[in-house]
Amino acid sequence: MKLLIKSGRIIDPSRNIDRVENILIEEGKISSYPAETKKLEKDKKINLIDASGKTVSPGFIDMHVHLREPGYEHKETIRTGCEAGAAGGFTSLVCMPNTNPINDNASVTEYILLKARKEGIVNVFPIGAITKGEKGESLAQIGEMFEAGCVGISDDGMPVMNSKVMRHAMEYVRPFNIPVISHAEDKNLSGNGVMNEGFFSNKLGLGGIPNASEEVIVARDITLAELTGVHLHIAHVSTAGSVRLIREAKARGIRVTAEATPHHVMLTDEAVLGYDTNAKVNPPIRTAEDVEFIRDGLKDGTIDAIATDHAPHSEDEKKVEFDLAPFGISGLETALPISLKLVTEGVLTLNQLIEKLTFNPAQIVNIDRGTLMVGAKADLVIFDTEKAFTVDRMKFRSKGKNSPFHGWKLTGHVEYTIVGGEIVYSA
Amino acid sequence: MVFQRKHILGLEELDAREINLVLDTAASMKEVSERDVKKVPALKGTTVVNLFFEPSTRTRSSFEIAEKRLSADVLNFTLSQSSVIKGETLLDTARNLEAMGAGVIVIRHSMSGAPWLLAKELHSSIINAGDGSHEHPSQALLDLFTIREIKGEIGGLVVVIVGDIRHSRVARSNIWGFLRLGAEVRVVGPATLIPKEIEYMDVKVFYTLEEALKDADVVIMLRIQMERQGSEYFPSLREYSKFYGLSREKLRIAKDDVSVMHPGPINRGVELSSEVADDVNSVILDQVSNGIAVRMAMLYLVASGGRNV
Ligand SMILES: [Zn+2]
Repeated sequence: MKLLIKSGRIIDPSRNIDRVENILIEEGKISSYPAETKKLEKDKKINLIDASGKTVSPGFIDMHVHLREPGYEHKETIRTGCEAGAAGGFTSLVCMPNTNPINDNASVTEYILLKARKEGIVNVFPIGAITKGEKGESLAQIGEMFEAGCVGISDDGMPVMNSKVMRHAMEYVRPFNIPVISHAEDKNLSGNGVMNEGFFSNKLGLGGIPNASEEVIVARDITLAELTGVHLHIAHVSTAGSVRLIREAKARGIRVTAEATPHHVMLTDEAVLGYDTNAKVNPPIRTAEDVEFIRDGLKDGTIDAIATDHAPHSEDEKKVEFDLAPFGISGLETALPISLKLVTEGVLTLNQLIEKLTFNPAQIVNIDRGTLMVGAKADLVIFDTEKAFTVDRMKFRSKGKNSPFHGWKLTGHVEYTIVGGEIVYSA
Repeated sequence: MVFQRKHILGLEELDAREINLVLDTAASMKEVSERDVKKVPALKGTTVVNLFFEPSTRTRSSFEIAEKRLSADVLNFTLSQSSVIKGETLLDTARNLEAMGAGVIVIRHSMSGAPWLLAKELHSSIINAGDGSHEHPSQALLDLFTIREIKGEIGGLVVVIVGDIRHSRVARSNIWGFLRLGAEVRVVGPATLIPKEIEYMDVKVFYTLEEALKDADVVIMLRIQMERQGSEYFPSLREYSKFYGLSREKLRIAKDDVSVMHPGPINRGVELSSEVADDVNSVILDQVSNGIAVRMAMLYLVASGGRNV
């Protein structure tokens, strides 16, 4: 099947392109940028999308999602997670290993990839665990998981608390040239914390998680990355101090990259007032000062990527005492409009934003996506930056309706999501 | 004046007018308690459920007496931690009680915010009888009532709260209550038990008891949870008591007519020396008897909206 996308504003940061062009897609790949389309439009075998007034970019890549399958299919499945991704403009999802069983060996990796091929409408790239069972004790089957298709390793959700184990994981993985993704958290410092430590945790009588809980592990992992030479990626940066540490490490030439989530750049811990479990997330939503630092970090390139940390949970699981509710926000379907606020608020240009949603994450996990150059896989998103709408979490395609953005009036709407030349979502 | 609220969840959300209305209503209720027939028909036909997830005989008994004096039908529901783990969710339990006709649910829970969850999801009136480290409104209201009765006026008083501020719901509710009515509030305790950014609640922070006690009109001693000793919060009860226990000697630093309060139960020789606990300045037993009148007022106001006090 052929597809012609006419007159869209093409933004492709991988080639530094921002101009109105036509794109022809053939056999799942970007075939050409025809200047003249009259003849093509008459061809009955070519589907046409008129993208005038719309933005066309490489499909978004979310390098931090929880698809929950296998094991937690009541929260999300590979099928529903991919549908949610497509609705959010994502053509590739990088999924974390904290499933049940945990993705700590090649058979689980193969299961995820098989399911994704059968039921997933977007690309799925798994992350393998660092340690067996994410227990932080002995190394997972890293080499075999790499062979099976894992694009990075992480014990996301459970930090590797033993520094010696982390060091050896970094040394072992280095020759495979995939990143170690750190969920930076000192579990002892977090204690029984369920939100940011500060005025609001005090007021609510809830256990607080101090910024230091994240920063001591960011500092440790940077030190270990320097020792081992591995590519370290810091997941979901939430504090001012982490931004400072990563900025300084980059300046010294250490191989470190980082991501931030839409909720950490748009909310403060005040969101928890009223014991709103939909705003319970780990790392917690922090203060206005932290938000400012993360935004500066996005702007100056300290933070390379925007990732959602999409963590769907069922309604029943969230409708409990705040202490008992699981951490996590369902993020795939609000990521674009929330991130676009960074553009309207002058933090990023639209080009920079798209770079952090496409090319940069593709580089970090080293996958052949995130570009619209001729010959590339035809993964694209077409969106309208002006179209306004109100977030209705009950309309999410994700099984996880747990969003703190319910009722927000936002602009930025995905019109089409295209994977390998096939339209997988249209508004 | 009419009480507009359906629930009493915490002192933080009450303004001075509302707090005074509760205290004034409590004063009328106290008269009832002093009559020969200590009963009024105010809550006749209303079912009140005491839903306690933590064992607290004192608070539960006080609520129960208050409910019976208002002629309510009372149902006690005390759940041990183990039956919660085995069984249904908090919401399911509460919905069942509501279906049985509970007009008011009085809830005590070990987790902060539990009463808010019920208020959001149910139709019954909810009274918070203590949630986690968050609020304990009936305790703070009876403390305010007791002090107002003794001193006449709360505005301008210096109130010192001593001990484990971090984990104390009594501290939080009293901070809001005394601040709303115009007192100066000081907190003092080991640095590990004074939470970060507490000063933004407009309290003054001290780390030595002697300093905090200067010019004090009211001293509220918090109960120390025994499991905190020997943990990372402080080395031993002996050391805690040496620095933060109230002796007669330290009490001399405060004003002569200082009132000493304790939410109970007291660890004698830890928070308070026995001589202080039994001192003329101690108002601990007044607190207990006023507790019934204050709880009657709370129940009456949420159930009836404050008509014909
Ligand atoms: Zn994580």
